[in-house]
Amino acid sequence: MLEQKIADIRAQLDADIAAAKDPQTIEAIRVQYLGKKGLITDLMKELKDVPNDQKKEFGQKINVIKKEAEDKIKDAIAAIAKAAEEALINSAEQYDITMPTDFSDEGSYHPITLVQREVEEVFASMGFTIEDYLEIVDDYKCFEALNIPKHHPARDMQDTYYLDNGQLLKTHTSAAQNAIMRKYGAPLRAVFPGRCFRNENTDACHENTFFQMEGMMIDENISISNLIYFMKTMLSEVFKQDIKVRLRPGFFPFVEPGFELDISCLICGGEGCPSCKNSGWLELCPCGMIHPNVLKAGGIDTDKYTGFAFGLGLTRLAMMRYGVKDIRDLNSGNLKVLDQFKNI
Amino acid sequence: MLLSMNWIKDFVDLDGLDLEELIHRFTLSTAEVEDIIHKGADIEGVVVAKIVSVENHPDSKKLHLLKVDTGDKIWDVVCGAPNVREGMLTAFAKEGGMAGGMKMEARKVGGYMSYGMCCSEVELGISADHSGIMDITEDVALGTDIKELYPIDDVIFEVDNKSLTNRPDLWGHYGIAREFAALADRPLKPHVLHDTKQYDNLEEVSIDIKDTENAYRYSSIKVENIKVNRSPMQMRIRLFYCGSRAINFLADLTNYIMLELGQPMHAFDKRRVDKIEVQRFPEEFKFTTLDEVERNIDPSMLMITSGDKPVAIAGVMGGLDSSIFDDTETLLLESATFNGVSIRKTSTKLGLRTDASARYEKMLDPEITVVAIERFLQLLFSVDPEAKVVSRLSDKYPTKYETIKLDFDKRYVDRYTGIDISNERIVKTLDSLGFDVTQDGDNFSVIVPSWRATKDVTIPADIIEEITRIYGYDNFKIETTNAALYPVQESAGRNNDNQAKDILVKKFKLHEVHSYIWCDSKKFENLGMEVEDNVRVINAMTVEHTVLRNSMVPTLVCMAHENRGYAPTYGLFEIGRVVKGKRENGEANERKTLGILLFSQTESEKDLFFKLRDIFMHLASDIKHKSFTFENITPAHNWQHPKNTVAILLDGKKIGEMAAAHPTVAAKTAKKCAMVFGEIDMDDFAESAKDKLNYVEPSKYPSMDIDLSFVIAEGTRYSDIASAWEGAGYDYLTGASVVDTYDDGSVKSISVRLYFSSNDKTLARGDIQPTVDDIIAKLAAKNINLKA
Repeated sequence: MLEQKIADIRAQLDADIAAAKDPQTIEAIRVQYLGKKGLITDLMKELKDVPNDQKKEFGQKINVIKKEAEDKIKDAIAAIAKAAEEALINSAEQYDITMPTDFSDEGSYHPITLVQREVEEVFASMGFTIEDYLEIVDDYKCFEALNIPKHHPARDMQDTYYLDNGQLLKTHTSAAQNAIMRKYGAPLRAVFPGRCFRNENTDACHENTFFQMEGMMIDENISISNLIYFMKTMLSEVFKQDIKVRLRPGFFPFVEPGFELDISCLICGGEGCPSCKNSGWLELCPCGMIHPNVLKAGGIDTDKYTGFAFGLGLTRLAMMRYGVKDIRDLNSGNLKVLDQFKNI
Repeated sequence: MLLSMNWIKDFVDLDGLDLEELIHRFTLSTAEVEDIIHKGADIEGVVVAKIVSVENHPDSKKLHLLKVDTGDKIWDVVCGAPNVREGMLTAFAKEGGMAGGMKMEARKVGGYMSYGMCCSEVELGISADHSGIMDITEDVALGTDIKELYPIDDVIFEVDNKSLTNRPDLWGHYGIAREFAALADRPLKPHVLHDTKQYDNLEEVSIDIKDTENAYRYSSIKVENIKVNRSPMQMRIRLFYCGSRAINFLADLTNYIMLELGQPMHAFDKRRVDKIEVQRFPEEFKFTTLDEVERNIDPSMLMITSGDKPVAIAGVMGGLDSSIFDDTETLLLESATFNGVSIRKTSTKLGLRTDASARYEKMLDPEITVVAIERFLQLLFSVDPEAKVVSRLSDKYPTKYETIKLDFDKRYVDRYTGIDISNERIVKTLDSLGFDVTQDGDNFSVIVPSWRATKDVTIPADIIEEITRIYGYDNFKIETTNAALYPVQESAGRNNDNQAKDILVKKFKLHEVHSYIWCDSKKFENLGMEVEDNVRVINAMTVEHTVLRNSMVPTLVCMAHENRGYAPTYGLFEIGRVVKGKRENGEANERKTLGILLFSQTESEKDLFFKLRDIFMHLASDIKHKSFTFENITPAHNWQHPKNTVAILLDGKKIGEMAAAHPTVAAKTAKKCAMVFGEIDMDDFAESAKDKLNYVEPSKYPSMDIDLSFVIAEGTRYSDIASAWEGAGYDYLTGASVVDTYDDGSVKSISVRLYFSSNDKTLARGDIQPTVDDIIAKLAAKNINLKA
């Protein structure tokens, strides 16, 4: 009789589970069969009426059906959970990744900041200190200390903004050379970006306010060979390609010898193209061995030390890097121009 | 400057060398060549021909039908030139040849076949004269190629004048030839000169240099009986190729000498100038130069006079009255050296820059004045043998440059170059450039040649340039140093700037801008902002850009105005320089500041105001681990809102200001906009030390918080309430925040949440109640009561 009952319960359980569609029903089934007053739990109570010699056998049978019921319920829970999960996934929307969204509220850096950071990183990695300097300086810093005496034509070449207090807006970052030499002494490796001013009319290629980055390296036995090495290495890093450089004589009162440094054209690689006027070279930065008078003015012992200096046009570099055609855009504050320079 | 290879080859034999390659080396070793032009490359098959017959064209008044004899053949030609005549020799471009940029083909002109073209000088590219076809006067066989007769083939190259500023010796072909000689390792030929010793017994030209500070040397000679009026073709072609216009023989000759030697010369008509003084005048006066312009001469300008009558502006331009005319047969020649600075100033003042002044500015070598005269005479006699010198070569030389002697050794050269340039090479290079070198083992002593000693080469480092540029920078090793490396210190200022930029761009989505250091007075006025007195530019090209800015804010407001249509809401910032007046020593008080502006046509001014305060708070907190405090102040600028202008303080010291825009300024900036702005001094900010990060072990016990709502009267500020617990040192109280504010127009209230926690135990209400009661009592005493 008990055996029949077990068979009935099994059949009933299978039918109930098959009919169940949600976790609540399964829980009800679990209570109905395995709960304190459940059908299978009740079987144990009936065991006391079974003859002793059959108790062990029936006990085992009850345990089997109990285990069986537990497993089936567990499987049913898993199956229902899985079905629910699948239903959720099937009903989910697949997002249209090609749908554009409004990204326009991002902030932006000034392109000079971006280029300046790139260049500074290169120099910092080669042991150069990065220095800030004033925009308003005196005649001594901007000219005298740089071996540009009064009446020197170089003062005519640079149209200087003079101020009513006798100072002036610095015409080149070289105006910081003296202060930096005096601050650090030799040996010295430093770059110093800064804003410079020239009193001239502006057009697409000319600005009265622009950025340069000057660099100096002073040590024992610094040579022209070193200058070429550093310029080539730095420029290759800045432009992220192997850059060929060449030096031509150039006249700047604060260097001797002085050079114009050309780099192989970035567009054609030296083959010749309209960008480089078919020469294969782009004039990039003036440089040279620091003039002994400039070293002396900076308190550097010229018997012991030599050094080189160079000036990079940061504004020009930014224009080259991003293809900005009109230099005036950079100081215009026009957000249609500037908001394109995200954190690149 | 345009230079002729033919001319250079007068002085150095460059046969067998690749000229383009040499010119390229010139760029790398001396000065930048901007262009190379092959003259005569487009002239082909042009020969000397005789016009044997001229017939008028039946239907055209201009055209003639010619028969032209090239020796081997008679050609039919239709020609439109007005100067055709029978028996005339001319340049004829044969069918199949090339001239005037055209390939010659047999074609019909005015109905008649023409088998070539009679050429003008323009068509041969040798002058600007297109008045008629060439009238060849030389005795030459018919059929001779025109290029054999005239030096039409030439390589002309243009050197960037700027790259010659420091090289007075390179302003003539002879100096350039010296460079080529050094580069090509070929000898430089000496000048062919006319010996003037033979005139030593003739009378002296009277020369009186009254201003020896500005006139270093004046050499002169007088010549009579000059009959030739037109320069020979070869000379005219060279002048034309080098950008000079042929005028008459004497004027051409002075130009030719200038282009050859770099020495400007002036020929006075001896009928009007018989003696010379060099002086300045105490008074201003008018003087008409030979370009027929009347000019104001002032006491600073050096003048050439004759019997105290001004005849030329020294080194700049001669006078109209004393200049040579086409009929001049007698002349007084000037070959002088003046102080370059004085000439430059005069030329700048007059706005008159001439070939002569451009050269004098460079500080010319005075040693060359006599050479120039002797060269002038040599060329004069070669063309006009009948000319007659009627004075001795007269020379006043009161101001001489000192001879420069420089000593250096091989080690010095090695140190500068980083490579090993041999002693032999050093000597050879300097020698080829005209330096007088004495060598003793590794020690050198050089005397700088006069043409380099006027300012260019003065110290041993200058010698390095001479050695290395001729050696060639392309031949240098590219080598790193063995110098020691040191850690790179970033200054606090730069570090702070960079962090601030990152926070503002990335966290607050602001746009970085750059503006100008001066106020734009026009824009300021349009937006209702005052240009406040400050340091001024005294020579600004644009008068509106005179006063330097003392705050970043107005320039940002101008930009907000420019960008008013850009987006409904945006923010700008700039880290840049402003000038806060002058320091005690008179220097500009330049400060680096950060300016921020927020603009919106959708958000309220109040929201923007608090957003801006948050931005500043973030900067202090992120960069310094500190807090700014804020205090209401009376605005000092008319763009700030009278009610909502506050000082920003760091460490109790004022570091900046923030404000809502003055309503008038905001209204002028854009329709219905809210605008707030602020500025902090980044130099002061950098000086404030960064606080250590203060780590607090979190309590292991649950915390407790209590909300209290107070009714507040008009004018009660949060700080009035917070003062009840801030700094009071209550046990367990760890902080407070505002959870709600309420304002229905009649009643205002604020709900504050107080946070309590203990590191030792779970707090019970009884632990904190005394504190809460105390706070309530304190506030009640200030008439701030709990909301019912």
